[in-house]
Amino acid sequence: MSENGMFGSAHREPAKKAKNSADRTQLQTVLIRFSRHRPAMISLVLLALIALFAFVGPFFWTWDHTVYREIPSNQPPSGAHPLGTSAAGHDVLGQLMRGAQQTLKVAFTVSLLSTAVGALWGATAGYYGGRVDALMMRIVDIFLIVPLLVAAAAIAGNSGAGASWAAIALIISIFSWATIARVVRGVVLSLREQEFVEAARASGASAPWIIIRHLLPNAAGPIIVAATLLVAVAILAEAGMSFLGLGIQLPDISLGQMIGAARTAVSTRPWLFYPPGVLLVLICLTINFIGDGLRDALDPRQTRVRR
Amino acid sequence: MTTEHMNEEHTAAAGADDVVLEVSGLSVTFPSDDGPLPAVREVSYELRRGEALGIVGESGSGKSVTSMAIMGLLPRNAKVEGSAKLLGQEIIGLSDKRISEVRGQKIAMIFQDPLTSLNPVYTIGYQIAEAVLAHRKVSKKAAMDRALELLEIVGIPSPEQRLRQYPHELSGGMRQRVVIAIAMANDPDVIIADEPTTALDVTVQAQVLEALQKARQETGAALVLITHDLGVVAGQVDRVGVMYAGRIVEMGAVEEVFYRPRMPYALGLLGSLPRLDGDRGDRLTPILGTPPSLRDLPEGCGFAPRCPMARDLCHQEEPRLALLETGDRQDAVEDGGSVEGTGPAHTAACHFSEELVGATAADLFRATSVDTEGVGSVAEVEAAESSVAGARGEYLDELGEEPGRAGSGTAEPKVLLTATDLVKNFPIRSKGLLRRRIGDVQAVSGISLDLRERETLALVGESGCGKSTTARLLLNLIKLTSGEVSYLGRPLHDLTDRRMRPLRKDLQLVFQDPFASLDPRMTVADIIAEPMRIHGSAHRDARKRVSELLELVGLNPEHGSRYPHEFSGGQRQRIGVARALSLNPRVLVLDEPVSALDVSIQAGVINLLEDLQDELGLSYLFVSHDLSVVKHIADRVAVMYLGKMVETATTDQLFSSPAHPYTQALISAIPLPDPVKERTRERITVTGDIPSPADPPSGCRFRTRCPKFANELSDAERAKCVEEPPELMDRGAGHRDACHYSKVIELI
Amino acid sequence: MLVYTMRRVLGAIPVLILASVLTFVMIDVSGDPLADVRMAQPPPSEEVLQQAEARLYLDRSMPERYWLWMTGIGGNGDIGLLQGEFGPSTQGPQYDIGTAIAERLWTTLRLVGAAMVFALGLAIVTGVISALRQYSKLDYTLTFIGFLALALPTFWFAGIMQAAGVKFNQLVGDQVFATIGDGRFRAQGEPLWDQFLNAFAHMALPTIVLMLISFASWSRYQRTSMLEVMNSDYVRLARAKGLRNHTVIRRHALRTALIPLTTVVAIGVAGVIDGAILTEVVFQWRGLGDFFITAVDNNDSFALMGWLLLSGVMVILANLVADLLYAVLDPRIRYE
Repeated sequence: MSENGMFGSAHREPAKKAKNSADRTQLQTVLIRFSRHRPAMISLVLLALIALFAFVGPFFWTWDHTVYREIPSNQPPSGAHPLGTSAAGHDVLGQLMRGAQQTLKVAFTVSLLSTAVGALWGATAGYYGGRVDALMMRIVDIFLIVPLLVAAAAIAGNSGAGASWAAIALIISIFSWATIARVVRGVVLSLREQEFVEAARASGASAPWIIIRHLLPNAAGPIIVAATLLVAVAILAEAGMSFLGLGIQLPDISLGQMIGAARTAVSTRPWLFYPPGVLLVLICLTINFIGDGLRDALDPRQTRVRR
Repeated sequence: MTTEHMNEEHTAAAGADDVVLEVSGLSVTFPSDDGPLPAVREVSYELRRGEALGIVGESGSGKSVTSMAIMGLLPRNAKVEGSAKLLGQEIIGLSDKRISEVRGQKIAMIFQDPLTSLNPVYTIGYQIAEAVLAHRKVSKKAAMDRALELLEIVGIPSPEQRLRQYPHELSGGMRQRVVIAIAMANDPDVIIADEPTTALDVTVQAQVLEALQKARQETGAALVLITHDLGVVAGQVDRVGVMYAGRIVEMGAVEEVFYRPRMPYALGLLGSLPRLDGDRGDRLTPILGTPPSLRDLPEGCGFAPRCPMARDLCHQEEPRLALLETGDRQDAVEDGGSVEGTGPAHTAACHFSEELVGATAADLFRATSVDTEGVGSVAEVEAAESSVAGARGEYLDELGEEPGRAGSGTAEPKVLLTATDLVKNFPIRSKGLLRRRIGDVQAVSGISLDLRERETLALVGESGCGKSTTARLLLNLIKLTSGEVSYLGRPLHDLTDRRMRPLRKDLQLVFQDPFASLDPRMTVADIIAEPMRIHGSAHRDARKRVSELLELVGLNPEHGSRYPHEFSGGQRQRIGVARALSLNPRVLVLDEPVSALDVSIQAGVINLLEDLQDELGLSYLFVSHDLSVVKHIADRVAVMYLGKMVETATTDQLFSSPAHPYTQALISAIPLPDPVKERTRERITVTGDIPSPADPPSGCRFRTRCPKFANELSDAERAKCVEEPPELMDRGAGHRDACHYSKVIELI
Repeated sequence: MLVYTMRRVLGAIPVLILASVLTFVMIDVSGDPLADVRMAQPPPSEEVLQQAEARLYLDRSMPERYWLWMTGIGGNGDIGLLQGEFGPSTQGPQYDIGTAIAERLWTTLRLVGAAMVFALGLAIVTGVISALRQYSKLDYTLTFIGFLALALPTFWFAGIMQAAGVKFNQLVGDQVFATIGDGRFRAQGEPLWDQFLNAFAHMALPTIVLMLISFASWSRYQRTSMLEVMNSDYVRLARAKGLRNHTVIRRHALRTALIPLTTVVAIGVAGVIDGAILTEVVFQWRGLGDFFITAVDNNDSFALMGWLLLSGVMVILANLVADLLYAVLDPRIRYE
C-alpha cells in the first residue's frame, strides 16, 4: 500500500528477481550472494589454506613442534628452518603448524558447543516468554558480565586444565554460550509473533512442531553468523590464556603461547614473535570477513553494495 | 487527434504568472547492482497558486520519489535530471545552502508516517520553533509563540501543554497535525503531502485532512497530495495526475479523470475499487499482471503488457502524454459533470485514448477470480478460468460425499459459531523479574455474535477496537477471560489443545500480511500441506490435494515447488487461502485479508473469496477496517469500538440507515472515489483520538468523541451516557445498536 | 526519573548476588588452594596441613564457605565481603587481599578509563565519518581498519608497540615513551609538568593498545546507528524544514544516534578489563593484571574470587550508569 521512495520499489524487487530464476533453491541463492561478497570469498580460500597448513602440513614437514637435539638453537630463518629456531631447539615452522592446529581445534569446538547450548537456551526462553524468559535471560546476563578471558584463565589456571585443548575449549565455552543465547532468544521472540507461526497453531500444531519446523529453520541465519563470529572470539580468548601461561601448556603448543614465550625477543629474534601473531591475525580476520559475508548472504535486508 | 506537447500550449493559455511550481522533464534514476533503476521518467506538471493537485498511483509508481526529488531529499546516489522551478527559481541541483533557504520557507513537506516523522528526543515546541528559526531572525520566545499559534490552527487541544511534550506522548493523528504545523510555519507557497493519512484510522484521517485544509486556507499554499487512495483524492484536489511505472499517464481535472478516464490503467484502477456507493452484487474487475519491474521496463507503453486493448503499436512505441480532443468535453457536460468551459487540460498517455470515450471498466477488464498477477493476456485468463472451474467441480464432487455439507436452501440457515459475552483482558505487567500485573488492557469487553452457515459476517472497527482479538478468541487461539464460544453447540473455550485439534479442521484462519503469514523457508506445497500433515494425512494424499488446492485458488498447480518469495502479494494471499482450505473447513476467519494489497490486485482476491463461498458453501467471519470492502462482501456487519459492539445489522440496513453515532461517523469518514458525491455529502465528524483500552471511559465508551453527546444532548441526557453503559438493543428486523439516543440517518 | 533510578539500582542487586554465587562456585570447585603445599617435598605433616586448611576455611562445607565469604559471620575476622574483608590468602597471613587490590585498583582504572574515553571519542568520529561517506574509499578503509583491529591479539600488538616505542626512543635519543612499568613511584613529589610528562610517557602506549580493542566494534556500531538515523523520517523532516546539512547531522542525527551506543559501551567494559590484564602484563605494570597472575600462580582462591567479583561489579556499575544515561538522553525511557 505504502510507497517509500527507493525503498518501496526496492522492496518489490526480490520477488520479481527471484521469479526469473524460479528454479533456484534458497540455499543456492545464499551461496550465490555469498560468492558475490569478495572479501568473504578471499577469506574463505585463505582460511582453507591455513587449515590445510595446520592439519595436513605436519605430514609433509620434517619437524614437529617438539624439541630436537639436532636443531641448533636461536637460528634465524634459513633453508633448513624457513622460520628459524627457538632457544630450546624448536623448529618454528613445525611449532606454527601445531599451534595453528590447536588454536583452530579449540575455537571450532567452542563455537559448536556454545552454539548448541546457547541456541537451545535462547530458543526455550524466547518461545516460552514471560517469567521463564526473564529468569533464563537473567542467568545469561550473569555470564555476560564476567570478563571472558579473565574468568576462563582463572579457572584454567586454578584447575591446571591446560594439559588438554579440549578442557580449554570447555572452559571458554562456559563463558561464551551466553552471547549466542541472547541472539537466538531475540530472533525467536520476534519469530514467535509472525503470522506463519500463528497459522501453524491455528492448524493445531504442537509446540515442538512449531519450534522444529518453523522457529529453528528461520533462526538459522543469525545462529550461523553468531557462531562464526564466536570462532574469532574464542581464538583470541585461547591465545590470551596461553599467552598468560594459563592456556595450553608445554610440551604442547599454541600460537598465543608462542607469542608469550617470544615477548621479550621482539627486536632480537623477531622470527619467533611475528609469525604466530600474523597467523593469528589472519585467522581472525578471515573468519570475521566470512561472518560479514554470511550476514549479508543470509539476511537480505542487510545487503550492502560492495565493489 | 491529439496534440503533442501540452506544456507550451497550456502554459501560454493559463498565463505563467500564477504558476508556483513548474516541473518539467523530471527523471530520477537509482544505481543498483543490476544496472540503473529509472524510478521516475520525464514527469512534467505545473501547479498554480492555491491549487490542489493529486498524484495517485500504486506502490512503486514513483509518486513519492518525484516529490522527494523536487525537495532535494533523495540519497546522494540518486541521479536527478530535468527541472523543477519554484516561483521561477530552479531548485534541482542547488547547493545545501541555497536549497535550505527554499525548503520550509517556500516549499514544505508532510510525510507518511507520523510516528517516525518527529525526532523522539526533542519536545514538540522545540521542533516547531526550529522550523520558524530556520528562516526567520526572531527570538526563541517569538518562535515558541508562533509554535503555539500553529498548534491552535491545526486544532490540537490544550496546545500550551503539548508544546512541552515529547512526540511519544501524542497519538498518531496528533503528531501528523504537528507535522502539518511545521509545514505551514513559514507560510510556504507549496506544501507537498506524501500519503499524509495512510497510516491513520479513517476517523482520524478525516481530522487530519481537515487540518490540512485549514493550513492551506491560512497560508494560501498550493498543495501536491500524493496518495494511493482515490477517495481522498476525489475529495481534496482540483486536478489529479495518475502515475504508472515512473510516468504520469493521465492528468486532468479530478472530475474528468474520475468520470471519463482516457487511459486504460486509470479506468482499470477505478473499476477494481470496491465502493461504498456501489452495489453488493457488482463484480470487481482486477487488472491483469503486475506493475513492471523498473529494471526491465517493457518496450513501448509501460502498461501494454497488462492492457486488454494493447496492440502492436503499444508494444513498440511509448505514448506521450497528449492533450485530449475537446469533443470529449461535450460528452462531459451532457453527462452532468461540472466542467467549466476553460477547465484544466485533460491529458492521457495512450495511443488509443479516443477509443475509451464512454467506456466502463467492465467493458475492458474481466471480472475474474483467477490469479491475474501471473498471466499476461485475456486468453490466458480464460484458459485458467476453465481449468479452475474444472478443478472446483472435482473438488465439490469429493466434498459431496461428506454428509450435511452441501445441503442448503432450507428456510433458516444453521448457526455454526456462537460467541456469548466474550471478554479478553491482556494484563499489563511491570518490567523486571517479578512482572507483577499492574493493569489490564480491556481488548474485548462483552462481545456476542452468531455466525451462520454460508454467510459473511463482517467485524469492523478502527485499530485497537478488539476485532482481531475477537477473531482469535472465536478460534480458541488465545484463552478468553470470560464468556463462551461454541461451535455447532459444542463449547470450545475450555478445550485443551489436544481436544481442540480435530475441530481446527473446521475453523481456519487467513491472515492480513501476505509476507509474514507464509514461512519463508518452506515451499508452497509444504506450506499448503502442513495442516494436513498435522492432522495425520499421508504424504502422497497431501501432495495430490496441494495441486487441487492451488488450482482452486486460481494459481498454477505446477508452482508448488516454489518458495513464497517468488510470488507477489496477491498470489501469496491466495496461497494463504489454499492453506486454510486444505482441511475442508466450514468457517474461515479472514483477518484483514486484502488490506495489505494494492487495489488492482485486491479486486481479484475479493472475487476469489466470493466465488469460493458460493461454490464451497463456506461461512466467513471477515475482519476489516475498510467499510468499502465490507459493504462489497458482507451479508451482515458488526461494528466494534473499544472492545464493545456498538451496532449490528444486515449490510443493507447498516449502510442505508446507520443508527449509532459511531457507525455514522465511520461511514461518513470513508472518502468516496467520486468527486461530486464526496464533496456534497453530509458529514458527521468525530473529534479527538481513540482512548486507551487500558483505561476506557465510563458509561458509553464512545461518549468522549461522540458528536451527538457533544452537540445535541442536554446535560441530563449526557449524565446517562456517562453513567450507564448502553446495551445492544434491537431496533427491529435484527438491527441492533448500543446507544441511548440512537437515531437512524441516511448518509450515502 | 528518581523512581526509575531506584528501580534500576534495586534491579542490579539480584544480578550482583547471582554473580557472586557464580564466581564463588567456579573458583571454589575448580582448584585446591593447598595443591602446592600438598605436593611439596618433603610432604608437610598432617598437622601443618590441617592448620592451613583451617586458616583458609577449607574445613567447612562449600555453602558455609560462601556464607562466610559474603558475611564473615563465624570467621576469624579476616573474611566477609560485607565487612570489607576478602578472605585469607595462600600467599601467607600477612598478605591482605583487600589492601593489595586497593593498591593496584587505581593503576588499572586509570588505564581502563583513559582507553575507554579515547576509544569512544575515536569511535564516534570515525563511525560518523564512515556513515556520512558511506561506500567511499574512506569508508572502506575505516571498515578494513576496524576488521583488522578486531582481529589483533592485544598482547601481540602490545609487544609490537613496545618494540616500536623503544625504537622511537633510540631514534629521538630521548626517553619519550616509557615502555616498562606504570611509573607510579617515580612521579611522587616532582613538579607538575614532569609528573604529567611521566604519566604520559607511561600511559601513551598501553592506552593506544587497549583502545584498539573497543574502538573497532564501537565504531562499526556507531556507523550502523548513524546510517539508520540518517535514513529516518525525522532527519528527512528536519531537512525539509530548511535546516542546513551540518545542523541536521549534529542536532538530529548525531544526538539520537549516540543513544544506543551507551548500552554497547557498557557491555564492552568486560572486554576492556580483559584487555587491560594482557596489556599490563606486556608493559609490566603493577596493576590488577599482575595481581591476577600472582593469584593464579598461588592458587589463591579468595584473591581470584575477589578479583572476579570486582570486575563483575565494575561491569554492573557501568551498565547501571549506561541505563541512567540512556534515560537522560531518551525521553521515551524516562517517562516509562
